[in-house]
Amino acid sequence: MSIDDRFSQELREQRDEQQTGTLSEAITGPVFDWATDFSHADPQWAADPFPIQDDLRQRCPVAHTERFGGAWLPTRYDDVASIAYDTERFSSRAIVISNFRPPLDLAPVGGTPPISSDPPFHHDARKLLLPAFTKTAIGRYEESTRAYCNSLIDAFDTSDGRGVVDAAQDYAKYIPMRVIGDMLGLPQQDTALFAQFVEDVLGTVDLPPEERGERLRPLFDYLYDQVREHVDNPRDDLTTHLINAELYGQKLGPEHVVGTIVLLLIAGIDTTWSAIGASLWHLAGHRADRERLVASPDALSTAMEEFLRAYAPVTMARLVKEDMHFGDVDMKAEDWILLSFPAANRDPAHFDQADQVVIDREVNRHAAFGLGIHRCLGSHLARMELRVALEVWLSRIPEFTLADPSAVTWSTGQIRGPRALPLRIS
Amino acid sequence: MKVQIDSDRCQGHGRCYDLAPELFGADDEGYGQVLGDGIVPPGQEQGARLAAANCPESAVIILEET
Repeated sequence: MSIDDRFSQELREQRDEQQTGTLSEAITGPVFDWATDFSHADPQWAADPFPIQDDLRQRCPVAHTERFGGAWLPTRYDDVASIAYDTERFSSRAIVISNFRPPLDLAPVGGTPPISSDPPFHHDARKLLLPAFTKTAIGRYEESTRAYCNSLIDAFDTSDGRGVVDAAQDYAKYIPMRVIGDMLGLPQQDTALFAQFVEDVLGTVDLPPEERGERLRPLFDYLYDQVREHVDNPRDDLTTHLINAELYGQKLGPEHVVGTIVLLLIAGIDTTWSAIGASLWHLAGHRADRERLVASPDALSTAMEEFLRAYAPVTMARLVKEDMHFGDVDMKAEDWILLSFPAANRDPAHFDQADQVVIDREVNRHAAFGLGIHRCLGSHLARMELRVALEVWLSRIPEFTLADPSAVTWSTGQIRGPRALPLRIS
Repeated sequence: MKVQIDSDRCQGHGRCYDLAPELFGADDEGYGQVLGDGIVPPGQEQGARLAAANCPESAVIILEET
């Protein structure tokens, strides 16, 4: 029997030394003109991106910025869809915009397959994961998720008499962290670490690349440790599944295994945390909608989809493969595309009352989980977590309001959701 | 009325089997499948229309004549 040494520290360091890529100068500071200098790292964008998107859709539907070494922002549904479907001209080699572009030869695998992969490799890498994320497979986690949501509410501490809890930090955040941690087979006592990892990956895109690299190191150190532990002690979880998985007759490379775990962990947390938080934020501020859902829990099925449309948490990115025309603009090879599904979801050309939250909306062809081959792998997981989190909250805490609207903060970057959400619950 | 799924378009969002589980199911990878011959029994037309109208990929096709 040969020893599986794919994940050794020595080999990892050798690979790290060979890393190349292209750096761009970090341009920061406030945005004055969103059509020519947009930045999704700007606090104004984090606080309320929708008026900015609505304005751009009218006057400059494919906006540009010199930041991040050059990027474009389409805000019309049709443009977002056509880019999502066009894997010939737009690469997923990197899907988080920063001041670092990974080397061209990282395609078609990318750093975090399959989200970072292009065809034809993408399809094969994705097939390894699909069976674990079907609606049926995810159904196995519903009961434990419901129990966990209840235990979080049981633990709310309102002993100071103010009756205020932070629904983002004390509720929404923990639900996806626990579920994806369990699916990957990571120790439950490590759950608190995951939130910091998410911040290190997604909240640091504005930093100079070297500094950002340093911020990412603890995540990779942790996951390499966990993978080595799983090599020694295999069990029935996604980490062991990836260690044993084969493509084209060979086991996966170590970067593929760890890259996919990074994807599942990070994408599994920030996104659903944001969706649960944004839904509770809406209901805290809209009494009629809250009372409706408390009185008619069945209405949650359309309400949930409407929250996903109106507060879609996830914006993706692409890299332009070759110089090209896109509509009225000339895109250059290696330009980023900020692929805003949230902006597409509020395009009045595709949705009646696009800027309104209509919880009974029956026809809702939204793109919150993306379009085309990169449809969110975890969409069935996210919908289960969101539904259970809201069902449990509304049954346990039917009355709640924003304790201090000005104290609500929203995450910066490509994943948007509340990060401080003080709610008065009694 | 009859329903079909365009498997070139379907990406496994699962809206069809969420909204009309009597007409659609999922395969082992989560892609939508028409149950049986796709003929929509009387009374289930609304489910078929909702599934088609909510598919993000417009992969659910309705044939009105049978």
